[in-house]
Amino acid sequence: MSLLAIDALTLAIRGTPLLRGVSLALQPGQTLGLVGESGSGKSLTALAAMGLLPEGATTTGSITFDGRDLLRTPEPQLCRLRGRRIGMIFQEPMTALNPVQPIGDQVAETLRIHTSAPRADAHRIAAEKLARVGLPTDRIPPSRFPHELSGGQRQRVCIAMAVALRPALLIADEPTTALDVTTQMQILRLLKSLVAEEGMALMLITHDLAVVSGLADRVAVMSEGRVVEENATEPLFRAMCHPYTRQLFAASDHRPARTSLPLGAPLLQVDGATRDYALPRTHLFRRRPSFRAVSDVSLTLHQGESVGLVGESGCGKSTLTRAILGLEPLQQGRIHLDGQPVGPGMPPTLRAKVQVVFQDPYGSFNPRHRIARAVAEPFHLLPAPPRGAARRAAVAEALEAVGLTAADMDKYPHEFSGGQRQRLAIARALIIRPALIVLDEAVSALDVSVRARILDLLADLQTRFGLTYLFISHDLAVVRAITDRVLVMQSGRIVEEGPTDRVFDHPSHPYTRALVAATPRIPAHWVPAAPCPNAGVGQQG
Amino acid sequence: MRSLSLLLGGSLVGLFFAAALVSFFWTPHGVEQIAIQLRFLPPSAAHPLGTDHLGRDILSMLMVGARTSIAVAIVAVGMGVALGVPLGLVAAATRGGLIDEIIMRGNDLIFAFPALVIAILITAVFGPSALNAIIAIGIFNTPVFARVTRGAALSLWTLDYIRAARVAGKGRARISVEHILPNIANLLIVQGTIQFSLGILAEAGLSYLGLGAQPPTPSWGRMLADAQTMVALAPHMAIFPGLAIVLTVLGLNLLGDGLRDLLDPRLRRAR
Repeated sequence: MSLLAIDALTLAIRGTPLLRGVSLALQPGQTLGLVGESGSGKSLTALAAMGLLPEGATTTGSITFDGRDLLRTPEPQLCRLRGRRIGMIFQEPMTALNPVQPIGDQVAETLRIHTSAPRADAHRIAAEKLARVGLPTDRIPPSRFPHELSGGQRQRVCIAMAVALRPALLIADEPTTALDVTTQMQILRLLKSLVAEEGMALMLITHDLAVVSGLADRVAVMSEGRVVEENATEPLFRAMCHPYTRQLFAASDHRPARTSLPLGAPLLQVDGATRDYALPRTHLFRRRPSFRAVSDVSLTLHQGESVGLVGESGCGKSTLTRAILGLEPLQQGRIHLDGQPVGPGMPPTLRAKVQVVFQDPYGSFNPRHRIARAVAEPFHLLPAPPRGAARRAAVAEALEAVGLTAADMDKYPHEFSGGQRQRLAIARALIIRPALIVLDEAVSALDVSVRARILDLLADLQTRFGLTYLFISHDLAVVRAITDRVLVMQSGRIVEEGPTDRVFDHPSHPYTRALVAATPRIPAHWVPAAPCPNAGVGQQG
Repeated sequence: MRSLSLLLGGSLVGLFFAAALVSFFWTPHGVEQIAIQLRFLPPSAAHPLGTDHLGRDILSMLMVGARTSIAVAIVAVGMGVALGVPLGLVAAATRGGLIDEIIMRGNDLIFAFPALVIAILITAVFGPSALNAIIAIGIFNTPVFARVTRGAALSLWTLDYIRAARVAGKGRARISVEHILPNIANLLIVQGTIQFSLGILAEAGLSYLGLGAQPPTPSWGRMLADAQTMVALAPHMAIFPGLAIVLTVLGLNLLGDGLRDLLDPRLRRAR
């Protein structure tokens, strides 16, 4: 009998259907990967399985866990199930923990709610669980607070809380999306070993096909509230019966067609850039200690080149970006753009040569400004900005260059999707025809299919306008798709640089090797070569 | 539930604003009309809320008194906004710097003084008048708005669209006015209604102590002060001004709550 069986589940919120007949089954000890893009209903399915439905949701169908229909179980009994029989791990380890409670107490709390374990026993078990997830008491004592831990360590605490009572089912919703690749690999390994040891079933929700390929026994692909394809992992990858699965697979590894431009003169030169940040004073009469975020970094970008800057969070890439944009000063070293010095006081004409696209498509626009005003903002840098009809014509041209229409200029940002907003951000960067565009994690927050289209757009714009890109990302696949040359940054220093393919195929620095090794990959021999055995069946969903 | 507080608060506040406006053209009786033979009358058809110890009509006095209260509170809150919001914006724009430190410590200094004592000091030095009450209340509104503005602006300064504006070469002042201010306006409106109710309360308090508007200008606070020795004789003299103050303050607070829910997009989405 299945541990969890979801049968023809539909869910609507105030009349809007979000799940349209989802059926899934999970056997004890099995790992099911639930894959889909945002809005596909994968997280909602998991929340429904926890009995955590959003307000105003109406459901039909059934969710049977351990022989009990969760949709018809009253809340007090659901409370006894959650945490004890079903554990859950969320995406954001920063907000999933209580910041004012030691981690040991938080793990012990789960134990004390569900069992009558005395305080001392609960704390002892909590310490054991923390040790099991890789936080041994002698190195990371349970008396630590969440802010004293790194993101990966916090996610380990969340896992310890979720598995403290050895639940039969563990639901992990994008557990590694907020983490660096090397940390992601460790967390995935931990989950794999926990599942094997404790005999738990795991429902792993992710947008990343490569992550499930290494972990799941079975995979279900969701799109628009339906499961479009479900099968054992390897046969699913080999066959890819449903066109949506194929599309997802193609998009996740998409490489836009690029024509390499002839390299021009050096455009951006960074020489020995060093940036220190002052830390809080430790003693009233001592000098404030400082933290060196960027240490003696030198790099050169040529006109028409596309260069990637890769590194994990905290490596200094954002600090370096701010210095290149002339937003913050350097302590040592110089940055030259087109031969002129870059810094907070640089003249508008020089500033107009570099623009930026940020990661978060939702935070990139003032919600109260219309698109015409937002996109035209960089005109502020021109001595005589175009006005009236000429200004609107320039905005229309920029919008059309990124695949939107002139009619969009009178709308507000909230009327656009994430991918469209990222196009708008590119239009804003493009409007004053800069020589250099800094793309700061510009596609990291997008779904794979949207990401593929934005990468196509970037490649196309580069050829059309002769742009130079500095592409900052933690995602090696993206950097590989769009850059000619790559720089790898670790702890404020550039540890390796060279042509992108050579660096990623034959990394020479140990850190680059670790990065490449940690990136999850679909096994190469699983390519969907064989035609679908029963194509008709798969296409139905 | 939210529309209820908005409706109730809006109608209470609307009622008192209407009363104040109408009093410019018409009141049931003249407020300077003294008729000793008609004193201490209980509510009746001719005097719906009765008369006071000088035979004046209490309803007319309340209507004209609303004018004083509203005028003092509006100007005082306006002064708080005019001084506090720019200070808060400057503090946020120079966050962590010396100017920020000076502004915020100056705020703490004003916060640390008991407001009423300073108000008494001001009126003691410059003499009691409605203007001095306005200045006293306005000074204490300033740090409230400075804090609210700075707090809200700080969280906005970290957003990407602010960084994009900096890349577009815009200075701190321009970003503050163009990007920060419109996005914290709803917060300021809500804080404004709450400060407005506190202003009415403060004006009543100062008038009660004889430090606000001077006779013969009617004022709710002084009506209460006049009534206190005669509560046993004519309780309606205390009850109606007291009710006017309570209902106005309640109305403004409900309106503030309602507006906050209406203007906060996060709460709107949870509907």
